[in-house]
Amino acid sequence: MTDAVTVRDLVVHRGRRRVLPGLSCAVPAGRVTGLLGPSGSGKSTLLRAVVGVQHIRSGRVTVLGEPAGSPALRSRVGYVTQAPSVYEDLTVRENARHFAALYGRGAAAADAAVADVGLRDAAGQLVGDLSGGQRGRVSLACALVGDPELLVLDEPTVGLDPVLRVELWQRFAALAAAGTTLIVSSHVMDEAGRCDRLLLLREGELLSDSTPAQLRAESGTDDLEEAFLRLVRARQGVAA
Amino acid sequence: MTAALSPRLTAATGGRVLRQLRHDHRTIAMLTVLPSLLLGLLYLLWRDVPTPPGQEPVFDRVGLTMLGIFPFVVMFLVTSIAMLRERTSGTLERLLTTPLSRLDLLLGYGAAFGLAAAVQALVTVTVATTLYDLDVAGSLWLVVLIAVVDAVLGVALGLLASAFARSEFQAVQFMPVVVLPQFFLCGLLVPREQMAGWLQAVSDVLPLTYAVEALQEVGASADPTGTMWRDVGVVAGVALLALALAAATLRRRTG
Repeated sequence: MTDAVTVRDLVVHRGRRRVLPGLSCAVPAGRVTGLLGPSGSGKSTLLRAVVGVQHIRSGRVTVLGEPAGSPALRSRVGYVTQAPSVYEDLTVRENARHFAALYGRGAAAADAAVADVGLRDAAGQLVGDLSGGQRGRVSLACALVGDPELLVLDEPTVGLDPVLRVELWQRFAALAAAGTTLIVSSHVMDEAGRCDRLLLLREGELLSDSTPAQLRAESGTDDLEEAFLRLVRARQGVAA
Repeated sequence: MTAALSPRLTAATGGRVLRQLRHDHRTIAMLTVLPSLLLGLLYLLWRDVPTPPGQEPVFDRVGLTMLGIFPFVVMFLVTSIAMLRERTSGTLERLLTTPLSRLDLLLGYGAAFGLAAAVQALVTVTVATTLYDLDVAGSLWLVVLIAVVDAVLGVALGLLASAFARSEFQAVQFMPVVVLPQFFLCGLLVPREQMAGWLQAVSDVLPLTYAVEALQEVGASADPTGTMWRDVGVVAGVALLALALAAATLRRRTG
């Protein structure tokens, strides 16, 4: 199994704070990799480094065989920021068609992406008139429309009702089955079980790099939230 | 590194900015009508002031100059706010992860607002010459052309200024910083020949000076003059320079 993303000794400072003190990890191709950890653990910073918009102090991030952020990657990587980054004063359809145009796709691809996130009926509405969860899905559609090889999603399920969340995770699995690599960040541990691979992050350090099954086995609990807590305690025990 | 320019992506950006405008009816109404109304106020202000014999009516000079200043000021403000919104809403960061190059983005803005300025200028010139009897010796099309070039200058400087604004409060205050000195020194309030030498030197390096001079050339001469074309070239050149600088200050990677 090849790696779509490799991170070596990544050091990132934001302001005076050292957010990532020297992180190394890898993301397998064609899988859903969950990036989990509490708020402020450095998840978004790592994702920004992967898409090449984060200023880094040192280290190396390689994406699909190229240095992160290189021009050749811009049509191959899709990025959905934590806050929906779409135009509120455009309709759902206009947003999707704009991003489709940037990726060199036509209107049909845009309409398909809108339908894919379940917003076909809202296609003519202004994004500013939609609910928070719907806006998040517009933002997702604007990344799907480019049909990227790597899809980087920062907390895509925040504020979604449980039914939609399940639908979205099914969609991620389907994309991975079709060959897309996904990195999905979340701070909700009950979503961890839906990932093929888990990266657990805490205060910029990688606590665990395993599969949900391995994590359950190693920590001796079926509850992934509890498994995470045990890992934290074990780490603190070592430190003390 | 800026990726290669793509006319297709520039057009996509320009089209998107115009679609955003289209949904904002009040802004369209204000862009189209407001300069004409303000010009009407100036017309009424000077209507009953007698013109000394042998002199050009004050409104002909001031009104014509304002046709260049309105689009410059309005487009500067609109653009710096629009760009700040791109920054704060996260759409800018997202655009920079797509194949869109930075110059495509900025030229798209320039094209969209330049087009809006053309509509504005057509309406204002028509109203000024029919309702307010504004007397222009040269071609009205040249007035429209200069207004559009001024608008593009406003867009370019607005894009550049927005790179230095961290908040809406700062962005709005760049307007007086960038616009007012140029307005004071452009030769409208005090003829340039009467300014102190050093002020004239400052005026010489401010682009609005050339825009105003170009309009005055059109106002006074039936045929386009070489000075006018040189002035238009200077304004367009400064606009392109500002766009290039704005592209250079647009960082893909941020803290």
